[in-house]
Amino acid sequence: MSMQQDLAPTTGDEVIQNYTINFGPQHPAAHGVLRLVMELDGEIVERLDPHIGLLHRGTEKLIEYKTYLQALPYFDRLDYASPMAMEHSYVLAVEKLLDLEVPIRAQYLRVLFAELTRIKNHTLNIAHHIIDVGAMTPPLWLYEIREDCMAFYERASGARMHAAWFRPGGVHQDVPLKLLTDMAEWLDDRMPRLFEDAMSLVVDNRIFKQRNVDIAIVSKEDAIKWGFSGPMIRGAGIPWDIRKSQPYDVYAKMDFDIPVGTRGDCYDRFMVRVEEVRQSVRIMKQCLQQMPEGPVCSEDRKVSPPKRAEMKQSMEALIHHFKLYTEGFKVPAGSVYVATESPKGEFGVYLVSDGTNKPYRCKIRPTAFSHLQAMDFMSRGHMLADTTAILGALDIVFGECDR
Amino acid sequence: MSHSAPLIHTPDGTIAAITKALGANLVSIEEANGEVAVHIHRDSLVECMIQLRDECAYQQLMEIAGVDWPDRDPRFEVVYCLLSLTENHRIRVHLATNEDHAVPSVTGIWPVAGWLEREVFDMYGVLFSGNSDLRRILTDYGFSGHPQRKDFPLSGYVELRYSEEEKRVKYEPVQLAQDFRNFDFLSPWEGADYVLPGDEKTGEAPAAPTGADKIASKEAVKRTARKPKVTGDKA
Repeated sequence: MSMQQDLAPTTGDEVIQNYTINFGPQHPAAHGVLRLVMELDGEIVERLDPHIGLLHRGTEKLIEYKTYLQALPYFDRLDYASPMAMEHSYVLAVEKLLDLEVPIRAQYLRVLFAELTRIKNHTLNIAHHIIDVGAMTPPLWLYEIREDCMAFYERASGARMHAAWFRPGGVHQDVPLKLLTDMAEWLDDRMPRLFEDAMSLVVDNRIFKQRNVDIAIVSKEDAIKWGFSGPMIRGAGIPWDIRKSQPYDVYAKMDFDIPVGTRGDCYDRFMVRVEEVRQSVRIMKQCLQQMPEGPVCSEDRKVSPPKRAEMKQSMEALIHHFKLYTEGFKVPAGSVYVATESPKGEFGVYLVSDGTNKPYRCKIRPTAFSHLQAMDFMSRGHMLADTTAILGALDIVFGECDR
Repeated sequence: MSHSAPLIHTPDGTIAAITKALGANLVSIEEANGEVAVHIHRDSLVECMIQLRDECAYQQLMEIAGVDWPDRDPRFEVVYCLLSLTENHRIRVHLATNEDHAVPSVTGIWPVAGWLEREVFDMYGVLFSGNSDLRRILTDYGFSGHPQRKDFPLSGYVELRYSEEEKRVKYEPVQLAQDFRNFDFLSPWEGADYVLPGDEKTGEAPAAPTGADKIASKEAVKRTARKPKVTGDKA
């Protein structure tokens, strides 16, 4: 320590030493309840220790005490900025263990809403990234888009955020035709207008670039070593997208491009998300064009409940309904790891079943864990003010990180 | 295969290649539900992981999951999920351990393992030798116990509240107005492994033959392997 003091710059008689500050847990730029213990040398970050777990709710433990269907709503509450993307991994994991076929219309609906969720998530993240580095107007316009997304959520599921709309076997209810036509109009006109307006203010903005270009450069090797996924690994220049390489639902039929970064800095990660929003619009349009008529949930009555009208006529349907909502369905013993491309990256569910109606173990792989852990090496040598830009480009939501 | 989960195609010869690369360190390898699971010994973990990364091209460690099997010896299972970006394939590496013997850390191979191992330690009490920062991660400062173990109660042991009198946050033992009730909705004739109320005296007498017998006997075989289910009220 004494040696450090000798080397430290001095002003007059005072010796300036490294000091430690707390960033958060209640800080608007901490994107939730993150406590960063930062060791600073002047304004330069020397070391950074994220303390997480302040929002830990024991989701995985709770799920072990719930039936497979009751466990589903917990997933909405993980990443509350992209709820349906969380449900997606879980329902696919359950379906994989059951080897359950999902009707084609349900697959289209799930992809349609998963991409709507991506727009919803990215507009929030882009908005917060921009506001963290000091701009005010674009976030207000982006929130308009987010508000529209939540309105669509509400019209499909009845809830603006915690939808619980994806179910093992399909989706809970079909959507009205008017919702689909409204969505098509929105994608053609309002959505691109608002989005491109907002983006025209930032993408070439001198101040925005000064705050982001060459900040926290991540090489390809580092991105692989640190388990990056999603826009973080694409920002580093690796064209990896689970929707393309390991397609699920009807992603194999979709035509879309994967944007990649060239430098691996905060600006690249930001721009990857901006382009992903445009690609999501493309995918949603294709879904709306191709979506066939048909059932929206599996007809296997041992897994998905019968229609209410059917229950008024059929004793068997009534029994199925009663059994499904008390005992729930049983899932064959085994274990699977299913990962989907959530807006933030690879969101995985490692599901272990012991053949009963409750999961034996449900391990959730949050995207934030690997990204936030890498923040230490990404921030070293940068200024204190850059940490907000770095954190903004990580896209962290604590509901998912802490579980 | 009729499900629509992410399509992972296991190329021919993958299993043979892994078997060859791991050699004597391999305990067993199986493919179930379309996923390859490799079982290895705890002590050969680092060696195996380097071989899987360098020879079999599994470049990324995506996840480390702990599983508690109270009936097994050793009790804990640690599962590593690996991803190959170049071969577009996933495998899982399983190993068994107990709370006394540390698992070698893979932080030297993948720095991302740091937090993942911290989480397994926090949740299960599994130790990792070589992890330089094995602190708790998700639970509270000063927390004791390992909440994901099957013998840890769902309600936990302490709850906290803000005390207006003392002007601080207080930790107190959990007091529930009503006992936690864990209903078991498994059909009694389809493999629930407890005696139904009123059936205590029937002993070993065989039940009346029903169409479900075949299922029940199959279930019973399955069930002997798993942990005894806690039914009714929490102890």
